[in-house]
Amino acid sequence: MPKIWVYAELSQAKLQPTALELMARARELGDVEAIALGTGAKAAGATLGKHGAKVVHVNEDKSFDDFIAEPATDALAALHQQGAPDLILFGFTADSRDVAGRLAARLGVGLISNAGDVDAKDGGFVAKVPYFGGAKVASMRANKKPAIILVRPKSFEPSETGGTAEIKDLVVTIGDDSKRARIVERVVEASEKVKLEDAKVVISGGRGMGGPDNFPLLEDLANALGGAVGASRAVVDAGWVPYSMQVGQTGKSVRPGVYIAVGISGAMQHTVGMKASKVIIAINKDAEAPIMKMADLGVVGDALKIVPALTAAVKAKKG
Amino acid sequence: MKIVVTVKQVPDPNSTAVLEADNTLSREKEVVLDPGDECGIEEGLQLKEAHGGEVILLSMGPERAKDAIRKGLSMGADRGILVTDPNLAGADALLTARVLAAAIKPEAPDLVICATESYDGSTGMVPPMLAELLGMPQLTVAKKVEIDGTTIKVHRQTADGYEVVEASTPALITVTAGIAEPRYASLKGIMAARSKEIKPLTLGDLGIERGEPAETIEGVAQAEVRKAGVIIEFDGTAVDRILQVLSEAKVV
Repeated sequence: MPKIWVYAELSQAKLQPTALELMARARELGDVEAIALGTGAKAAGATLGKHGAKVVHVNEDKSFDDFIAEPATDALAALHQQGAPDLILFGFTADSRDVAGRLAARLGVGLISNAGDVDAKDGGFVAKVPYFGGAKVASMRANKKPAIILVRPKSFEPSETGGTAEIKDLVVTIGDDSKRARIVERVVEASEKVKLEDAKVVISGGRGMGGPDNFPLLEDLANALGGAVGASRAVVDAGWVPYSMQVGQTGKSVRPGVYIAVGISGAMQHTVGMKASKVIIAINKDAEAPIMKMADLGVVGDALKIVPALTAAVKAKKG
Repeated sequence: MKIVVTVKQVPDPNSTAVLEADNTLSREKEVVLDPGDECGIEEGLQLKEAHGGEVILLSMGPERAKDAIRKGLSMGADRGILVTDPNLAGADALLTARVLAAAIKPEAPDLVICATESYDGSTGMVPPMLAELLGMPQLTVAKKVEIDGTTIKVHRQTADGYEVVEASTPALITVTAGIAEPRYASLKGIMAARSKEIKPLTLGDLGIERGEPAETIEGVAQAEVRKAGVIIEFDGTAVDRILQVLSEAKVV
């Protein structure tokens, strides 16, 4: 059986959703050991066991909470010295990307990122990666051992197997030369009413909204439908709305019952984060926009007229 | 303070991409300086204006990637370095990071600025690899940067706000597109850029052998296509059609 590691990301003592998503797939591919670092690692160990980890390597040193990437890279590299796995899985999140990149460079093995799935094949591992604007999927084989693969959030459905993991202390000394990029403060700016990732309806706006002043139109529709508002990378980059609203490859992945894309052309950067939605409605001036080809219903017209009309109709229907 | 900004020439985000026979992305279409890198250059220039020093643009790519560097030089950067080698075609992230690291090391910069991710690949894996190979701390996804002597402080974007992250230079930072509005090159800047140095380097100059690729594309298949839907014009019945879809999905 291949030996597989899952990097179980913790953020502020909380196990991140990608950890259990990765467990669901990893346990189908081989014997899984998870690595949990920082405050909350031991508690996370029990959960990871229930999801199929045979062993969970833990270390609750505060430096994992307080410093970017380097302490975690040291811990993984130390564990690697005791015996290399065949595959290391990371979630494709900002924090895990930082660690995976450093580790891949330190081990000299490279990595495959943005994968939607991983398979064992011919004694190695092959990842499915969206390619060519998302119209195609490339099968990429990792040539080095360990293979390091980063998988997009929400690619797998977590489920319990009811097992119990052996919790092992990961012994590593984090030197001062790895305690460099220190997180000195955490600031919360946005408190969403309905979480984008959990919303049953997501209404996202792009450049076609004309400007940030028109985003309240989307808020009104979201309120009427009990949904949340998202955005494309283009308008986040332009500073119209905060990054917390970005849906897409480098934003959030969502799979709501209904996704309404308003004034969004449908670049891969965006669509990989929403194409698993059950129903997609696109509102766009351009009938030829890529988003129209993947929508269940495409409405060609002026978003600034359609959205308020729709909001009024939804309100009227709900009474 | 000496600042290196990594820059990349990418297919124009507004043009249609083309796939080569070997499944690599064609770079033959219209190409531009990556819009994210323009923001990195702007941040570098602002730091130089506040603290003095030099801004060096480093790129890896074919000969014509000079155009991308030249654009940054016309914004005000001091000089450029371009690594060009036929053996770099289709380079993966690790090889790219090794090449950039080898070109940066002799410059011994105080700060390396990268975009958080490129517009074409959007995977953002080169910067952490580069930081590791340079032995620098990495302060990633920065939407604000402050420098005080040898202390660098950034606001690191998170899902619900930001973290304040602090380190000592030399350091590598990745910046978001929101960090600074790129300036337009002035006519004077464009003229001045013509005589600025762009140093050419090859893999041989850097002492790097390509080696076995870390990953190989085994095949490319059609992505699962969503069932083609209906496209309608916004007319008197369009809202009712949307309502019908919403109601079938049980959200109204």
